[in-house]
Amino acid sequence: MSESVIIAETSKGSIAPVTAELVSAAIALGTSPTVVVPCTDASIADGAGYDGVSRTIAVKGDCFANYDASSWAAAIDAAAPSGIIIAAATPQSKDVAARVAARRGLSIVQDVVAIDGMNLTSPIYSGKAMQTVSLSGDAAVSVRANVFPAASSSAANVSVVDQSGDVATAVQEVIARASERLDVAEANIIISGGRGMGSPDNFSHLEKIADVLGAAVGASRAAVDTWDDIPHSMQVGQTGKTVNPNLYIAVGISGAIQHLAGMRSSKYIVAVNKDADAPIFSHADYGIVATWEEALPVLESALSSMMS
Amino acid sequence: MPNIVVLVKRVPDTNARIVVSGDRVDLSAVKWVISPYDEFAIETALQHKEADGGTVTALTLGPADSDKVLKDAKAIGVDEIVRVWNESWNELDSNAIQSALAQAVTDLGADVVYCGKTAADTGAGSTGPGVAERLGWASVSNITDASFAGGITVTTPVEGGSAKVSVLGNAVISCDKGNMKVRKPNVKGIMMAKRAQVNVVSADAPASSVTIVSQSPPPAKPAGKKYEGGSSAEEVARLLRDEANVI
Repeated sequence: MSESVIIAETSKGSIAPVTAELVSAAIALGTSPTVVVPCTDASIADGAGYDGVSRTIAVKGDCFANYDASSWAAAIDAAAPSGIIIAAATPQSKDVAARVAARRGLSIVQDVVAIDGMNLTSPIYSGKAMQTVSLSGDAAVSVRANVFPAASSSAANVSVVDQSGDVATAVQEVIARASERLDVAEANIIISGGRGMGSPDNFSHLEKIADVLGAAVGASRAAVDTWDDIPHSMQVGQTGKTVNPNLYIAVGISGAIQHLAGMRSSKYIVAVNKDADAPIFSHADYGIVATWEEALPVLESALSSMMS
Repeated sequence: MPNIVVLVKRVPDTNARIVVSGDRVDLSAVKWVISPYDEFAIETALQHKEADGGTVTALTLGPADSDKVLKDAKAIGVDEIVRVWNESWNELDSNAIQSALAQAVTDLGADVVYCGKTAADTGAGSTGPGVAERLGWASVSNITDASFAGGITVTTPVEGGSAKVSVLGNAVISCDKGNMKVRKPNVKGIMMAKRAQVNVVSADAPASSVTIVSQSPPPAKPAGKKYEGGSSAEEVARLLRDEANVI
């Protein structure tokens, strides 16, 4: 069986759940994976053991305290064995995987949503079409979240490699976001508002539901362009962020191509819109034809009683 | 003064309908444009030149039909336009594309390279960091702001917020939309672009190891359930728990 290297996804100093999905992707490729954990504290690699994984390498280095693509790629490359490189299709991991691939003279296939032998399928043209490519030999592959089942956890067989990379950029200051809220790019549940919300103040109703669900709040391009109070960092869509959550709730969003491009691959989509003919409904698993004023209080109280 | 290169790519207009014919996308009827994020890269490159002087060269990889996006870049305000191509190339994979672009960037003597965060066709975002790695340069991706007082300082998203990063030495910087307003070509720029000559250069590219098998329309989603009235939100909440199992 050929080898693969999984670059573990980490979040807030621990292993992110998508890493278990990468193990299933590695097995679907017919490979035997080694998990590589970029970290400053090797103990987090204890959480990166899975059925089907015989070896976990904690790559420990000061360079991993802040993200610098060049030093991360150098340190990961030095510690990782050869084989197909597999990473999560998050903005940062796509970036570092591209550098590791280039370092090894390999090609990269990003945003994979299906694997059949050595054939990999990804969306192209913002999801308006799908493309299947075949690999001959090693390559790097990034895999979207919520596509493959999570492999079961088991005890990790960890070896630690001390590796420092030369930092090529210097982080001067980290500017914390004004809001403590989760970013749409990091969230498993997203509730987004469009111009149908009427005013940016009404996004507080989305925030209440987000608080109940532990969700991020997003926005359509129309909302971001119309209201200065809704920052571009919240924008989901072609000129914003592409998201792939388990659940996407679109409120007062008509479903323009621009928006669909950023969220159509979400696992479940709920649409709330007063216009029964809004295009968003043809992409929704559950559609509610109603104004947000009618629907959101009911949704919030129903979800609150379920989650409590 | 900096030798600034900006990478641009010809892509179908993002509003174009994408038609699949047989097992390939049929792009014969689409309008072609500069990939939208590349416009932010051009804008950032021009702002860099306005601060520090130097020259801005727009570079693309492709056959002669890519000349139009180079002329569009010229109309916006870049100084030089260069296309790298080799008639033997066909369906290059990322390794081949990045190798050829890195060679062209080296041959141009660039100090800094700007590009869009992703191209609108593939959405991959591999070219910027991949070219940087091949050049042995730093890279910063998805920047939302840049300033050029006392060196290049960019704003880039990090977990839980954003970071201001000062870029030391040579770098490839990929640009997101941020709050940037891009300049549009004026009449004089359009006239100059008409007369501008594309400098066509050659490069080597390794054989591709990733080949396209097929392209297809996105899978049709089965029709969902649709309810009338706000009170149905209670039933939808129940289905999210009991049927979809997502909460």
